[in-house]
Amino acid sequence: MTCEFSPITVHGYLDGELDAVRSAEFERHLEGCAECQASLHKVESLRARLQQSDLYEHASPQLQEHVRKQLGLTRRAVRVPAIFSRLRFLVPAFASLAAVAAFLIVFFLMPQRTQTARVTAELIDAHVRSLQPGHLTDVQSTDQHTVKPWFDGRLDFIPPVADYSAEGFPLLGGRLDVVDGHTVAGVVYGRRKHLINLFAWPARGQSGFIDASGSRQGYNWIIWRSGDMQLCLVSDVSAADLRELKNLVSR
Amino acid sequence: MLQPQEKIRFEQLVLPHLDSAANLARWLLRNRADAQDVVQEAMLRAYRFFDRFRGGDARAWLLQIVRNTCYSWLQKNRPAELMTEFDEDLHQRPAPNPETLATLADERQQLIRALESLPARSREVLVLRELEGCSYKEIAEVTGIPMGTVMSTLSRARERLQRTLVSAAAKEAS
Repeated sequence: MTCEFSPITVHGYLDGELDAVRSAEFERHLEGCAECQASLHKVESLRARLQQSDLYEHASPQLQEHVRKQLGLTRRAVRVPAIFSRLRFLVPAFASLAAVAAFLIVFFLMPQRTQTARVTAELIDAHVRSLQPGHLTDVQSTDQHTVKPWFDGRLDFIPPVADYSAEGFPLLGGRLDVVDGHTVAGVVYGRRKHLINLFAWPARGQSGFIDASGSRQGYNWIIWRSGDMQLCLVSDVSAADLRELKNLVSR
Repeated sequence: MLQPQEKIRFEQLVLPHLDSAANLARWLLRNRADAQDVVQEAMLRAYRFFDRFRGGDARAWLLQIVRNTCYSWLQKNRPAELMTEFDEDLHQRPAPNPETLATLADERQQLIRALESLPARSREVLVLRELEGCSYKEIAEVTGIPMGTVMSTLSRARERLQRTLVSAAAKEAS
């Protein structure tokens, strides 16, 4: 039997760029086509090698500083219009106000931003770790009534666990993980041939991630707060797929 | 010169993508020091042309400028690189230390060598897709490749990289 799909289809499929109909067609075809299966596997493992080898080059602190300096993106570089020069006597007052504002930003807002970056980086690492053989699940079951009780007694909170097979996100199992120094629940869902980790842990006090999303090293993530629970989805599926699952989870 | 308000907008929309700019430039120029210079130049250009940015995907907009700046720089300083289809010299450069071949660090070195030996146009789509996580639409926007051919360009680039890695592994084994 010759393959009716062009050999490049597998790339669009893996990159989440086929439309839903085409994607479903290709999935059905994939089951019976050893050739496409082999090439999917090849492209997938190439991607894993690239993404797990720390190849991303971040801007160095020097570069960041150079760029800011070069563009005059410092408070001092902003020109004061002429009308204000008559109000010069107010400068010390403004300066101390600015200092207080800078203090507030540095001590309250910045840690929040860097904390988000750090925690999402850790969550992505946890996701990548889980993809290694034998690390995905501690309890392997597609039945929420098996997975949910498994977490009882292992955690002091109850993570949301449900099977969304009908919506295209079958439940695959659960596992414990450690992120940001705390034990978190990892609930694993499938999406076509891809895996999605849902991390859950209790939100602590006011400081939490209300709603943020992004991508890093080819993985998409969404972090949000639902009641007193902090939830985060990480996967290489498209951001649209992640949002769909997020809506199901918070329903 | 940008108005103060525009300046703030630039700082909020464009500056956060400095990492993406640094990453693309490093892989296009295959050299960190040159990449730093070119990124600075590109940021200056982006700043100057910021009034032409009409909303939308700021990362793709910036990366497009970074890419063009990189290509102009290559054209001027290393024009041969844009002509060669495949860098044989680089590809055949022996591994630095045969004893540590099995280590993870070496896997990384192998990937770096293989990626760097690809022609710039294959390398950039791989970097944009696999490291930067760009969608096909964004890749088309950054590189100017028609949207309909991103998939085939990526498939060729991946095949090339795969072949390079396999032949490098075979060379080491022999």
